[in-house]
Amino acid sequence: MIAEHLPILQVVLPLLAAPVCIFLRNPRAAGALAVLTSWSALGIALSLLREVMSTGVVSYAIGDWAPPIGIEYRVDIVNAWVLVIVATIGAVVTPYAITSVESEVDRKRIPLFYAAYLLCLTGLLGITITGDVFNVFVFLEISSLSAYALIAMGQRRRALTAAFRYLIMGSVGATFIVIGIGLLYVMTGTLNMADLAALLPEVWDSRTVKVAYGFLGVGMCLKLALFPLHLWLPNAYAFAPSAVTAFMASTATKVAVYMLLRLFLSIFGRHFSFEVMGLDLILLPLALVAIVSMSLVAIFQVDVKRLLAYSSVAQIGYMILGLSFASVTGLTATLLHLFNHALMKGALFMALGCVVYRIGSVHIDAMVGLGKRMPYTMAAFVVGGLSLVGVPLTVGFVSKWYLILGALEKGGLWMGVAAIVLVTSVMALVYVWRVVEVAYLRDFAGDERVREAPWSLLVPTWALVLANLYFGIDAVRISAVARGAAEALMIGIGS
Amino acid sequence: MSVDLFVSHYNYWVVIFLMMVGFYILISRGNLIKKIVGLNVFQTSVFMLYISMGKITGGTPPILLDDPHGEGEAVGHVLYSNPLPHVLILTAIVVGIATTSVGLALAVRIKEAYGTLEEDEINRVEAQTEAAE
Repeated sequence: MIAEHLPILQVVLPLLAAPVCIFLRNPRAAGALAVLTSWSALGIALSLLREVMSTGVVSYAIGDWAPPIGIEYRVDIVNAWVLVIVATIGAVVTPYAITSVESEVDRKRIPLFYAAYLLCLTGLLGITITGDVFNVFVFLEISSLSAYALIAMGQRRRALTAAFRYLIMGSVGATFIVIGIGLLYVMTGTLNMADLAALLPEVWDSRTVKVAYGFLGVGMCLKLALFPLHLWLPNAYAFAPSAVTAFMASTATKVAVYMLLRLFLSIFGRHFSFEVMGLDLILLPLALVAIVSMSLVAIFQVDVKRLLAYSSVAQIGYMILGLSFASVTGLTATLLHLFNHALMKGALFMALGCVVYRIGSVHIDAMVGLGKRMPYTMAAFVVGGLSLVGVPLTVGFVSKWYLILGALEKGGLWMGVAAIVLVTSVMALVYVWRVVEVAYLRDFAGDERVREAPWSLLVPTWALVLANLYFGIDAVRISAVARGAAEALMIGIGS
Repeated sequence: MSVDLFVSHYNYWVVIFLMMVGFYILISRGNLIKKIVGLNVFQTSVFMLYISMGKITGGTPPILLDDPHGEGEAVGHVLYSNPLPHVLILTAIVVGIATTSVGLALAVRIKEAYGTLEEDEINRVEAQTEAAE
C-alpha cells in the first residue's frame, strides 16, 4: 500500500516536518524530529534504489493525473543513486547538527534552523526525483532560499554578505533556467522530461532550442559553481554554520551536477549535446582551469574552511571533466565522484566543525598542535584529506582511477589530461599537508582546557570517515551502480 | 528583418529591453537595495516572456463558455489563450516575492551589522577586519 507512494513521501515528509519544527519551539524536540525525518528519508531512498535495481523505472503520477499532463515523479537508476547520496548525507549530518548548532546558532533560532534545513533537504530531494522541468525550478528555489537563510545564520557578520551574494547569483542562475524552460515549452508544448526528450529531435535545428540550451547551461553552471561562475561559493561555505557547510558542500552542488546531466544527456540527448552543441569542447577547458587554478588558490588560504571550499570548486572541476570525456567511463567517474566527494568533503567539514566546537576558529594558526589535543578529530581530518588526494584504499582513489582510465581510453592528447589529474592530486596533497603539519608537528600553545570533541559530534564524523575507507576498499558494487547509471544517461530516456 | 515582424513582436522587444536593464542594474550598482530592484526587473521580464507566449492572437481568456444552444454540450471551436504559462508564472511570481523578501531581510541585517548598504564600503570594512585578524 504505502510502498507505491514512496516517491511522493520522499519529498512530502521533510516538507511537512519543516513547519512542525517551528511549532515545537523546543530546540531538542525540533532536532529529534529532524533526525527522525532525515532517517526515514534515507530509508525511502534506499528502498527506491532497491526497487529500481530490481524492477526498473518507477513512475508516480502526482494526484493521479497521468503524465505528460500531470506532474510525474520518475525514478530511474540515475536519480535513485543521487537520492541515496543526498539522503545519506542528510541522515549523517542531522544528528551531528544537534550538538554543533547549539554552540553556533542563537538558541531562539534553532527550531527555525531545523525548519530551513529540512526545507533545503526537501528541495534537493525534489529536484532529484521529479520528472517535470518546471517542478525542477520550484524545488530549486525551495532549496536555494532555505540555503540563503541557513548560511546567514553563521556566527560572523560576513555570513550575511556571503548569503546576500549567493542570493543574487543564485537567483540569476535560477532565472536563466526558467528562461530556458520557457523556450523549451514554446517549442514543444510540454514540460514532462520524457515527453520533451521524445519531441525535441523534431525541432533541434531551431535557434530557440539552441538559445534555451545556452540559458539552461549557464544557469546550471552558476548553481553547480563551475569556474568562473563559482564566486559565491567560497565565502558561503566559509562563513555558514559548520553543519550547514558539511551538508551543503556534500549535496547542493552534487544535485546541480545531476540536473545538468539529466537535462543535457537525458533530455537533449548525447547526440545534440556533444555533436551539435560541442558541450565537451566548452566544458573541458573550464574544468581543467577550475581544477588547476582553484587547487593553487586553496594552497594559499589561511582559513581552513575556505581552503576546503576552494578545493570543492576544484573537485567540481573533476566531475565536469568526467562529463567532457563524452564516454561511459568518463560519466562513471563523474557519478562516482558525486558520491565520493560527498563522503570526503562531508567528513572533512564535519571534522572542522568539531574544531570550531572546541576552539571557535579554523584559522590555520589556531590549529597548531591540535593533533595531540583532539586526536580523533584530527585523525578524521587526515583520512578525509588522504581521500581528497586520492590515496589507494580511500574513495578518492576510485574516482581518480576512473577519470584516468577514461582519459587513457581516448588516448592521444587526452594523456595530458590524465597528467593534469595526477599533478593536481599532488597539489591537493600540499594543501592537506599544510594543515596536517601545523596540527601534528608543532606543539600546542593554546588554552589548556581544550580537549577532544564530544561523542555526539565524533560518531557522525567517523561514520563518514569509515564510509570513505569501506567504499574505497570494496568499490566493486558501487562502481557497478555508477556504471549502470552512466549507461542509462548515455542512452537517454526517450528510447 | 522586416518592420512588420519587428512591430508585431513588440512585446518580446520590451521583454529583452527589461531583461537587459535589470541585469545591468544588478551588475553595475553597488547599493544592495538597488541590486534587489535590478533582480526584480530582471525576473519580471521573464514573467512577461511567459505571459506573451501563452497569448494567442484573437484568443479568449481560457474560461468555459456557456453553450449558446443550451444543449449541455461543450462549445467546440473557441480560440482561447494557453493558460499553462500563466499558471506557471503565478508560481514564479510567488518565488520572486520570496526571493525579494529574503534579500531585503538580509539587507536589513547587513545594515545593522555594517552600518551601510554600499558594497564598496562593506568590502572596505571586511578588508579591515581581515587585516586585523
